[in-house]
Amino acid sequence: MKSFKRVVVTGIGALTPIGNNVPEYWEGLKNGVSGCDHITRFDAEKFRTRIACELKNFDITKFIPRQDARKMDMFTQFGIVASDEAIIDSGLDLEKIDKNKVGVIWGSGIGGLKTFEDEMIYFGKGDGTPKINPFFIPKMIADSASGNISIRHGFRGPNYVTVSACSSANNAIIDAFNYIRLGRINICVTGGSEAAVTIASVGGFTAMRAMSERNDDPKTASRPYDKDRDGFVVGEGAGALILEDYDHAIARGAKIYAELIGGGFSSDAYHITAPHPDGYGALLSMQDALDDAGIKPEEVDYINTHGTSTPLGDPQELKAIVDCFGDHAYKMNISSTKSMTGHLLGGAGAVEAVACILAMQHNLVPPTINHFTEDPEVDNKLNLTLNTAQEREINVALSNGFGFGGHNATVIFKKI
Amino acid sequence: MADIAEKVKGIIVEKLGVDAAEVTTEASFTNDLGADSLDTVELIMEFEKEFNVSIPDDQAENIQTVGQAITYLEENAK
Repeated sequence: MKSFKRVVVTGIGALTPIGNNVPEYWEGLKNGVSGCDHITRFDAEKFRTRIACELKNFDITKFIPRQDARKMDMFTQFGIVASDEAIIDSGLDLEKIDKNKVGVIWGSGIGGLKTFEDEMIYFGKGDGTPKINPFFIPKMIADSASGNISIRHGFRGPNYVTVSACSSANNAIIDAFNYIRLGRINICVTGGSEAAVTIASVGGFTAMRAMSERNDDPKTASRPYDKDRDGFVVGEGAGALILEDYDHAIARGAKIYAELIGGGFSSDAYHITAPHPDGYGALLSMQDALDDAGIKPEEVDYINTHGTSTPLGDPQELKAIVDCFGDHAYKMNISSTKSMTGHLLGGAGAVEAVACILAMQHNLVPPTINHFTEDPEVDNKLNLTLNTAQEREINVALSNGFGFGGHNATVIFKKI
Repeated sequence: MADIAEKVKGIIVEKLGVDAAEVTTEASFTNDLGADSLDTVELIMEFEKEFNVSIPDDQAENIQTVGQAITYLEENAK
């Protein structure tokens, strides 16, 4: 049997509600900036939730000609921007590498939802004659993100999008990890993106009572672990990682951020939206990732939680962390950066992987902002890195992503 | 009639992202203006919308150049 190759992160990119590139994102993370505000993407006046974490001062035509951009849904546009940043950051010489051995495995929970809505609204206003735009399907399908990224750079390796709701990006990262460590490809562009500040998304999630309705105070709406949390705040954007075979990276003298040492997954097999009451799926996912990484629980310094600011999900994940790590759970740092970025759904795992890598690089744990009142349901003896960033030597960081459907996926990065 | 020609050229500039100067009467959508098959379908649909006409598929196949589009629409636009 062939031995597994080691896989490292050699490039990162981020387009987030608190920063349009990696340096801006890190400034936002370390300073505890909220990306939430009133919705501008559509007229939300009649919606229960009228707040979201939208991108700020973002103009796609600064990155892609308008002519190309109009044939892509926003989730693809965001993916192009973040993956471009990561590719440039990696220092890859695209003229020299074997592009047949470069994959693009991306995550998106939904795909081109805005495109779908716009076309169907237009159809609904007509007389029933289907005058569907020929770019409708290629814009809308979720895999158009990975397809467009590969076309842009000529990467001819494995190419697809993982769809597992809010764990999509973690699943993409793990798939990319597996292809590289099996020696099937040398490099993979991975991550995820979402552009779901739309009428169907906000209307649908509020119908489930999953979203915060703190419309009068958007900046504090995403408040994981706070007693008065009332749901998640949807975010938009993208995160990207360049994963690379360690030997390949060393041979070209690449800068290495971290090693991806483990990926774990599980299914709750319990309920289509509610998390397992004992956090059992979350526990299995973290244990699976630790087994895969071959490390002891005590080696983990930081957990970037799924922590979406929902009443049910937050305490159950913490319970699973205590079950998984025992006493060590109380010695590590834990934070939910969704308190700042909002919840990027299928892109969440990607921007949070970037947050973990930056936290390791700077030895600084980004905070869980907006904590005002302790919740008796939350284990407050845990160090949830409340409100301000904390300095800490971080050698190993773990990131969780859990999705509607009961999907759980966990990734573990280690300093190299 | 000049109005139709200007509108047709405007749609082509908008949809294909080309310079107005390139949109000559002889210019072919695919050979000269960089359109692919989907762009061409979209152009026909835009013409239908703008000029309130329905262009049958067999007619649409014959509209390959800017001039052919203008001629068809001058004859058929309501």
